[in-house]
Amino acid sequence: MTQQVPVQVTVNGTRHDVVVEPRLLLSDFLRQDLGLTGTHVGCEHGVCGACTILLDGEAVRSCLMFAAQADGHAVTTVEGLASPGGLHPLQSAFHEAHALQCGFCTPGILMTLVPFLRDHPAPDEREIREALAGNLCRCTGYQNIVVAVRQAAADARAHSESESARA
Amino acid sequence: MPERYVGARVRRSEDERLLTGRALFVDDVQLDGQLHAAFVRSEHAHGRLRDVDVSAARRRPGVISVITAADLGDYWRPGPLLVPPPPIPGLIFHTCTQVPLVRDKVRHVGEPIAMIVAQSRYVAEDALADVVVDIEPLPAVVDLEAAMAAGAARVHEHLASNLAAHVVQRTGDYDAARAAAHRVIRRRFRYDRGLSAAIENRCVVAQWDARAEELTIWDTTQAPIPIRNGLAARLGLLESQVRVIAPFVGGGFGPKIMMHYPEEVLIPWIAMQLGRPVKWTEDRQENFFATTQERGQVHDAELAVAQDGRILGIRDVFLHDTGAYDPYGLTVPINSQCTLLGPYDVPAYDTEFTAVFTNKPIVTPVRGAGRQHGVFVMERLLDLAARELGLDRLEIRRRNYLSRDRFPYDHHILFQDSAPLVYDSGDYAPALEEAAKLIGYHHFLHEEQPRARAAGRHVGLGIVSYIEGTGIGPYEGARVTVEPSGQVRVATGVGTQGQGHFTAFAQIVADVLAVRIEHVHVVTGDTREFNWGTGTFASRGAVVAGTACHAAATAVRTKVFDLASRLLETPPEGLELVGGAVRVVGSDRSIDLGALAAQANPLRGAVRPGTEPGLEATAYYGPDRGSTASGVHAMIVEVDPETAMVTIQKYVVVHDCGRLINPMLVEGQIHGGVAHGIGNAFYEQLMWDDNGQLQNASLMDYLLPTATEVPPIVIGHRETPSPLSPIGLKGVGEAGCIPTGAAFAQAVEDALADFHVEITEIPLSPDRLFQLLQRTPPQRRNQVIVEGSYVFRLPRAVVWDALQDPAVLVRALPGGMALEQQGEASYHGAMRVGIGPVTAAEFTVRVTLLDREPPQRFAMVVDGHSGLGFTRGTAQVSLEEDAAGTVMRYRAELQVGGRIAGVGQRVLDTAAKLMTRQGLELVHRELAGRRTGEASA
Repeated sequence: MTQQVPVQVTVNGTRHDVVVEPRLLLSDFLRQDLGLTGTHVGCEHGVCGACTILLDGEAVRSCLMFAAQADGHAVTTVEGLASPGGLHPLQSAFHEAHALQCGFCTPGILMTLVPFLRDHPAPDEREIREALAGNLCRCTGYQNIVVAVRQAAADARAHSESESARA
Repeated sequence: MPERYVGARVRRSEDERLLTGRALFVDDVQLDGQLHAAFVRSEHAHGRLRDVDVSAARRRPGVISVITAADLGDYWRPGPLLVPPPPIPGLIFHTCTQVPLVRDKVRHVGEPIAMIVAQSRYVAEDALADVVVDIEPLPAVVDLEAAMAAGAARVHEHLASNLAAHVVQRTGDYDAARAAAHRVIRRRFRYDRGLSAAIENRCVVAQWDARAEELTIWDTTQAPIPIRNGLAARLGLLESQVRVIAPFVGGGFGPKIMMHYPEEVLIPWIAMQLGRPVKWTEDRQENFFATTQERGQVHDAELAVAQDGRILGIRDVFLHDTGAYDPYGLTVPINSQCTLLGPYDVPAYDTEFTAVFTNKPIVTPVRGAGRQHGVFVMERLLDLAARELGLDRLEIRRRNYLSRDRFPYDHHILFQDSAPLVYDSGDYAPALEEAAKLIGYHHFLHEEQPRARAAGRHVGLGIVSYIEGTGIGPYEGARVTVEPSGQVRVATGVGTQGQGHFTAFAQIVADVLAVRIEHVHVVTGDTREFNWGTGTFASRGAVVAGTACHAAATAVRTKVFDLASRLLETPPEGLELVGGAVRVVGSDRSIDLGALAAQANPLRGAVRPGTEPGLEATAYYGPDRGSTASGVHAMIVEVDPETAMVTIQKYVVVHDCGRLINPMLVEGQIHGGVAHGIGNAFYEQLMWDDNGQLQNASLMDYLLPTATEVPPIVIGHRETPSPLSPIGLKGVGEAGCIPTGAAFAQAVEDALADFHVEITEIPLSPDRLFQLLQRTPPQRRNQVIVEGSYVFRLPRAVVWDALQDPAVLVRALPGGMALEQQGEASYHGAMRVGIGPVTAAEFTVRVTLLDREPPQRFAMVVDGHSGLGFTRGTAQVSLEEDAAGTVMRYRAELQVGGRIAGVGQRVLDTAAKLMTRQGLELVHRELAGRRTGEASA
């Protein structure tokens, strides 16, 4: 019927060898073909940020990419964030600070902030708000998200200090 | 475990599922053999549908079915009227509800014409282009006033005009109030449309199980039970054959209470026809047309006010845009009408509205649901009155508040729920004082604002009051069950869209049964779990369903005590609930609730007549009227008049929603509401052209506020419990966005006081504000304020004497060339001033010294003219002795006009500051030189 292209992609550590339509969006591939429905689609034109995932560790919008473009890359979705031991520290901080309400935009926001915190271990409020400005949330007014990010950053710094003190 | 959960900041039990991506949203539902639907929608706002040719679409591989209105047969029926109008005498209402697919005439862009079902959404969307739609365009009805003009095109041709409804409500004698008034303030106010813009678009999945003869529908609705009831009736099924699940819903904000959207009617029907599951997910662009909207109103309002600022009466006549259909009745405009009265004593109120059909998407409640329109009109009128009467903004509000002892207070008009508008309780003045304190009202007005203005910055403050009718009927219910495991299950009929109901209801039940909150499991939004209910709307979920949970848990507690009393052979009064067990007071004899639940449902043996098995109870709560929440919002803004951008520097909310179940959840609701309100006030507006085409149907052009536009919000809680609810609750869901526009308008107006801008419309946008600024008279615009201090390393007497000497004084004037003494304290001379692109020109100048208090202070009036313009104003100068010498403080306010003013405020400010500094340095050098000369002489 339609031309198909082979794709090798690693998602949350699992390799997938698949054949897809060239026009299949990465967001639809993750949600429909792999059943990873934690990645949400809010606008399909790259504004709302709900579909943000990590591609080789960097935040990208899966609604603006074709699945075929992920060939040879590693994708992390929100399902890959928590470890068997428990929530990712950023997820815990969101829970503690009431940084989510309906939770629809939350996966994209988490995936935007993971690389941000890696690159900005001690962000100030302005930096956090600018990092968040590419993600839309209609419920929280962003305030508690900012609180959560600050808390997660502080926790991470305290953790790495205690690690290095132990070493 | 806290002593009580109600009132505590309990973290949410639903979070983990949402944070890990495990929570089920409707679009996550994937069923075997599932098909996908897409809709052919009208590209015209108004037109006659002549033909729809779907033959090519039907031939496309992968397409399963293409449906037009003709294919629906008897199933084609307009939707229900959801909210019949209240019984107001003389009320006119024409019911025109939406249709599943257009049969004869399109009435707004995006109205569905055909449905395509295919193997995938991709193929379904491919097939949209195969459908040939022939529409004969008609003139579009867009503007509200034009819609009511004679000869306007009619949206519904069986009606005589575009009038959808007309309502008059009156209390007191407004004409008498007007006659007695010291002033009558009259303005036209506009409040335009916006989106709810939940980040999750709508979605419906339906599956017909032919063996069980059961239809299951997953729907992003705020009202699963009414959806089930309506669809069962339409499809000819028993209600028990239809199960509607609203799982996690990605934000509601009003439009998800609307029913039945065409897609909600068509997807279950086609799933039954095809015997296969079908899904439709709205895309973002469809959301701009296919989901209901709100907020277009034009008010002509007047306030009759006494000399002391007391409101004598209000007359308000307004037009309300209901869009192409009016399935939601008059909820929105009646909310506007009633909420206008706010927390104030209004002895005479004369209010009239006309709802108007237009060729735009349907209007139903969006967060605030028309209340913000009323608050905007009232608060703006009070601001205007305060200004005319020379009253402080707080004072005019204080003088008009209903005092604490006047509740219940009957306004003698009808509210949206058909009940009389009676406020149950309130305590307004302390909230105003608290907000004024938190925003720093007096400090701002008397210190920060003058300082900022002197530095050429435009900062302003807004502070407004509001009330919100919440928690209306008819009812909600809940069932509470203690299971033999000791776990407690709570089921209720409302849907939930992020408010935290799972946690809030669990807090209420955990307290009544004295169990750990982790042991309470709440289910909402599944008709299989609870059979009765109306939905989550009107800020009522926590109030009405929460109170029902309390009632059901209380009934279970009674059963617990009855049974335990027999088993422990102790009268119920001698028992207490502690840590998940019933205990005989003052002893260690107890039974766990789980064990008691097992005893309450024995497999064998006799059960006492008249008892029910299990520890379970169902209860309902139906208030006859709503509870009245209230509050005050205050904000400080800074406006850049060059770019018309507004930055919100501080935002304060003092809120009273009665007893707080969970302050953390309430704060979250307020934060989100304020953000939505800020969007409405300044960023979000749907822009329609004269043909009814939406010009900004994407999130790239329709701007939702982001983290950089929404300021941190400071919240003060007050608790005036509602006497209507046994636990004192009032609603909070919409409060955050109701007064935001009014506060924003007042703050921006205050910031631009020099420009005399009057803000009577919301949303304001940077470009709209820019237009308003262009309209202000230019001579009022260029006021230069120069303020600062300068240290002379010289004794005060020397500085004072020198400044009375025209030869020295001339140096202090910007561009001063010569100055001659004319009278005792007046001088005449010339200044040469060039600024920016304006060539230097010679000004003739007259300087007069006033209010001289040697050697401490004097004032200086400057009046200069030239071919290029004029400057005039007054400078205040003071001299203080200091260890370093003499500190001069100065503040000059100068009006600048003519060509020289054309360089703009910023250039003038900078130039004036620079020239003043340079002048003072020249004076200093001159004086220091003289001293050196004297010393060496």
